[in-house]
Amino acid sequence: MTEKVLMKGNEAIAEAAILAGCRHYFGYPITPQTEVAAYMAKKMPKIGGTFLQAESEIAAINMVYGVASTGKPAMTSSSSPGISLKCEGISYLAGADLPALIVNVQRGGPGLGGIQPSQSDYFLATRGPGHGDFHVLVFAPASVQEMADLTGKALHLAWKYRMPAMLLADGTMGQMMEPVALPEPHEAFGTDNPWATTGTLMAREHNIVNSLELAPEVLEQKNLARFERYAQAEAEECLWEEYLMDDAEICIVSYGITARISRNAIVQARKEGIRVGMIRPITLWPFPNEPLKAAADKVDSFLVVELNMGQMKEDVELAIRCRKPVDFCGRVGGMIPTPDEVLDHIHALAEGRR
Amino acid sequence: MIVFEKPHALTDVPFHYCPGCTHGIVHRLVAETIDELGIEGKTIGIAPVGCSVMAYNYFNCDMIEASHGRAPAVATGVKRAMPDNVVFTYQGDGDLASIGLCETVSTACRGENITIIFINNAIYGMTGGQMAPTSLIGQVTQTSPYGRDPNLGQGYPIQICELLATLEAPYYLERVTVNNVKNVRNAKRAIKKAFQNQVDGKGFSLVEVLSSCPTNWGMTPDKALKWIDEAMIPQYPLGVYRDKDKEAE
Repeated sequence: MTEKVLMKGNEAIAEAAILAGCRHYFGYPITPQTEVAAYMAKKMPKIGGTFLQAESEIAAINMVYGVASTGKPAMTSSSSPGISLKCEGISYLAGADLPALIVNVQRGGPGLGGIQPSQSDYFLATRGPGHGDFHVLVFAPASVQEMADLTGKALHLAWKYRMPAMLLADGTMGQMMEPVALPEPHEAFGTDNPWATTGTLMAREHNIVNSLELAPEVLEQKNLARFERYAQAEAEECLWEEYLMDDAEICIVSYGITARISRNAIVQARKEGIRVGMIRPITLWPFPNEPLKAAADKVDSFLVVELNMGQMKEDVELAIRCRKPVDFCGRVGGMIPTPDEVLDHIHALAEGRR
Repeated sequence: MIVFEKPHALTDVPFHYCPGCTHGIVHRLVAETIDELGIEGKTIGIAPVGCSVMAYNYFNCDMIEASHGRAPAVATGVKRAMPDNVVFTYQGDGDLASIGLCETVSTACRGENITIIFINNAIYGMTGGQMAPTSLIGQVTQTSPYGRDPNLGQGYPIQICELLATLEAPYYLERVTVNNVKNVRNAKRAIKKAFQNQVDGKGFSLVEVLSSCPTNWGMTPDKALKWIDEAMIPQYPLGVYRDKDKEAE
């Protein structure tokens, strides 16, 4: 590992993407992720890469689609309202089985919402952001270090499974500065793609990158084949972290910035003798169903902490088949709970008040 | 002696276009150009959404199907990733002049070194004949059943070559048609120039082709070709709207 440097989360994403081999970035200014674009604008021209400020979020995702069609790594970044605009393009990427990285540094919504941190795009990200049956890989970093590490991982897994990947961060993660050990530079990848449209060189049949299929029986088969790939990703790529779960009676489930806050609350609760631990999903799709199911055999209750109205709570209840009570602690609109607010919920659960 | 054959750049897949539609002629002109310039192996085409949505089946070069209106953005991505390849889009008027107008103008404004073949038939064909931004004043369509009327808030025909000619970057803009032999030959010259410009690294080139839609205009193919002369050309004058080669002379 190289020595640590102090970086903003958004800058760590940009540098990590370059180190991971991405040379094509397309974006549109939107708070609180614009530092990604600014970093790319400085860096890409000096390393022979592409930075292009697109005319719109829609154009940016379609430029990514164009690069991805040639088999080369490409990315875009935005924040919640911009991601809504990109959803059409993400659906086409999924339908054409193209890999790409989409960064979403979430802010409060709906509509124009605010510019303070949020996790309210959980449903949008995990249910397939766009029309049709599909998934994207979803990564939820909880530190600037993870912003860097998961950016590279998301890029490579997107190519492995030929599907879009989304780095689902929040405004806090994007704006905060922390020491980060940047990953080693990765060799260029995406060079051997027999499906890519790079010119036939008159040496093969023409390739077609396409999501249109008018024969329903064929389109059904394409969907089924895609979901076989998804099943493999679910089996092999799920990431999560467990914290003090060995003897836990209460299990907090939280990701991103709220996992950091929850950790502080857990430390305090443990001092008070309350046996509480945490399962922190690092991938939100695939979702860590198995560790949660296993935890449901041991703990008395769950507490979901997130910056929305309880979107992941539904997935936790599904994962544990509602066998244990699931409490919820959330703030919205850009508000962030304090460790004490989380601790109040822990107290209530420990005392059987909830 | 072979005096006439199918261009190599066209596949053997039969066109799905209606009888009398001029898409087939323009496809052939693009394919002849690709053959004559010897660029099939390095050409990447981008199909639109509309009647020519399945153009990806007809050209022998690598092809990409874009979402509605976004072909110029997709082409921008492809060209940035593969600057030595030849990249073209083939788009209709609903795709290029309505839902994709922002991408059209912005791509032209950047002067992307790509080629756009723009088919203007003044109507949405694929969906059964609705008003397009290019529909003529008084033109009856499914969604302008009383004739396009600016006084009813339906606006005026949008003139793409004239619009793009207000920008600094475009290298070459020309409007042609294919309603008789002379015009077909002229259209071929323009299309070939638009591809040659890209090969020479000159920049953004767009050829607008006034085309017929007998099915949705409710005309015989012959009458439709005449209607281009009588109704379309007065609204959309043929000619060169930008040619930086000429300006340099």
